[in-house]
Amino acid sequence: MGSLDIVHLKKSYGSLSVLDDISLSIEKGGFLVLVGPSGCGKSTLLNTIAGLEPITSGEIRIAGQDVSGLKPADRDIAMVFQSYALYPTMTVAQNIAFGLEMRKVPKAEREAAVKRVADILQIGHLLDRKPSQLSGGQRQRVAMGRALTRNPQVFLFDEPLSNLDAKLRVDMRTEIKRLHERLKTTVVYVTHDQIEAMTLATKIAVLKGGVLQQFGTPAEIYDNPANLFVAEFMGSPSMNLVKGKVDGDGRAVTVARASDPLRLPVRANRILAGYAGREIIVGIRPEAITDPRTDNGGDPSVVVSDFRIDVVEPTGADVYAISELGGRQAIGRCSADYPVRAGEVSRLAVHTSKIVYFDPESEERIA
Amino acid sequence: MTEMTLTSDGRPRRASGSIATRAVLYVLLLLFAAYYLLPLFVMVVNSLKPLAEIQQGNMLALPREWTAAPWVSAWDQAQIGIQATGLAPYLWNSIKMVVPAVAIATMLGALNGYVLTKWRFPGHRIVFGLMLFSCFIPFQIVLIPMARVLGLLGLAGTTPGLILVHVVYGLGFTTLFFRNYYEAFPNELIRAAQMDGAGFWQIFTRILLPSSGPIIVVTVIWQFTNVWNDFLFGASFASPASQPITVALNNLVNSSTGVREYNVHFAGAILAALPTLIVYVVAGRYFVRGLMAGAVKG
Repeated sequence: MGSLDIVHLKKSYGSLSVLDDISLSIEKGGFLVLVGPSGCGKSTLLNTIAGLEPITSGEIRIAGQDVSGLKPADRDIAMVFQSYALYPTMTVAQNIAFGLEMRKVPKAEREAAVKRVADILQIGHLLDRKPSQLSGGQRQRVAMGRALTRNPQVFLFDEPLSNLDAKLRVDMRTEIKRLHERLKTTVVYVTHDQIEAMTLATKIAVLKGGVLQQFGTPAEIYDNPANLFVAEFMGSPSMNLVKGKVDGDGRAVTVARASDPLRLPVRANRILAGYAGREIIVGIRPEAITDPRTDNGGDPSVVVSDFRIDVVEPTGADVYAISELGGRQAIGRCSADYPVRAGEVSRLAVHTSKIVYFDPESEERIA
Repeated sequence: MTEMTLTSDGRPRRASGSIATRAVLYVLLLLFAAYYLLPLFVMVVNSLKPLAEIQQGNMLALPREWTAAPWVSAWDQAQIGIQATGLAPYLWNSIKMVVPAVAIATMLGALNGYVLTKWRFPGHRIVFGLMLFSCFIPFQIVLIPMARVLGLLGLAGTTPGLILVHVVYGLGFTTLFFRNYYEAFPNELIRAAQMDGAGFWQIFTRILLPSSGPIIVVTVIWQFTNVWNDFLFGASFASPASQPITVALNNLVNSSTGVREYNVHFAGAILAALPTLIVYVVAGRYFVRGLMAGAVKG
């Protein structure tokens, strides 16, 4: 296993740029998730790492060595495909051993490798079956097994869970995480599901339109999104993005409501002096608008106010309370036993220390 | 399935018209079957009669005296052209021509289909379009140029020459079949094999060919039937020693001296048609299945 560095990678078809100057690096044993909406270039980026698609300029280094001119087979990587891509005419054992066979590994060694992988993934009883006789989850395991046999420097996963049903997807997600913690191999994982990105990654790269929007740890991306796109894309339900006006000294933001305006103090290290008197976008995560608990009395960063609740969406574990804020619908997240009712007024606490601010023009985060 | 209708009190009953409909249906089907089977019947029946019985005029009657003599004669005694060899040597000529022609055209078609779908190169569409175009060139147009080419290659009048002609003519169709079949073959499998370290030939022989059963059957039947039944190329490019059975059959029918031995002609015609019949009976099911495979499979 080894580190992976992508240095000023560019890829274009004629004048159409699909990947624009992307630089990323993931340490040995890290788990890099490429996330973004469809068409953002994440799968293309993965394919260039795999060597299945050529790049226009830049470098891809695996364990410090530039591999951008090498064939896929010579890059010491293994890939799990979205459709699993199991060879239909071969048994599970033959599928798993095929990569070793192509590399002329002796039969006895191949059999040992198949057995080792089958033990790790608990697919020993499936080895003689054909892929068509397997369930979706089993195929997924075999596809991972095929990647595991070779002990590659880097594993590439291309939306491996998107063909599974919701329940199985969560199970396999846990399994992939457990596998990674056990094998400590460097992983690059493509998904459009931000929850998968948050749960699996040690580093996340958010892409849009072939441009890297933000690269950081899951916590950095979640708490301090670089721009409006990242803020809206990561997290479910999405971050509330409402218009607010900065006070004269930049130490508070006022958000208009149908009833009274809501004045939210700005954290000391985020003073918005340069934006005094201007309109900005205020980003508040749903969990930062919640039921007032007794233990935060006296904390000046918690603003408790009356909200007129328009809609209530109970999810079992939580209740989403939707009310109007700055002319838009804002979602708050309360504990299930907190009595909020549609059409009534409830007291909700806004945790202002979690708020982030964006420039409405450039859409970049300003604090 | 929909013969049951509901009466006014809700109980199902058999629709009154259905038996009559069914009867008409069966009568029509039987008539059509008889119509299509009649020529075969006439051929078989008359190939088992002595010539005298045919000359009396009733072609449809069963033989009064059964005899296998016409078959024996057609097989190895009848006069073909100037020699009394029967059809047997020409049947071998046909087999020696058909087997390599079918095998080579099928393999090359598979290879073409593989390259045209999985290793695309600039201009692959034009190349495929031109190959497709060859399916529409009438045989007659190429006779003289082909004769010239065979002469230059030193293959005129030989079985290899005929094989070459049939391979060239078959390539358009076999390429079309395989290209369309491989077009639906998932590219991710090719990519997975590339990652696994398989090269051009290994991907072809280990991944694609083992999945190509249905389309190979379709192509083989198609090629076999066309090449076996070909008369024009055989008549134009073969020497007496390499003539296929279709040409020999023609010579058998035309070279009878004095009396026309219809019973021998019938036996010979059946002999010439038998291999294609066998291929259809044995593999016909796969033929239909293979033609449907691309359409039905998800």
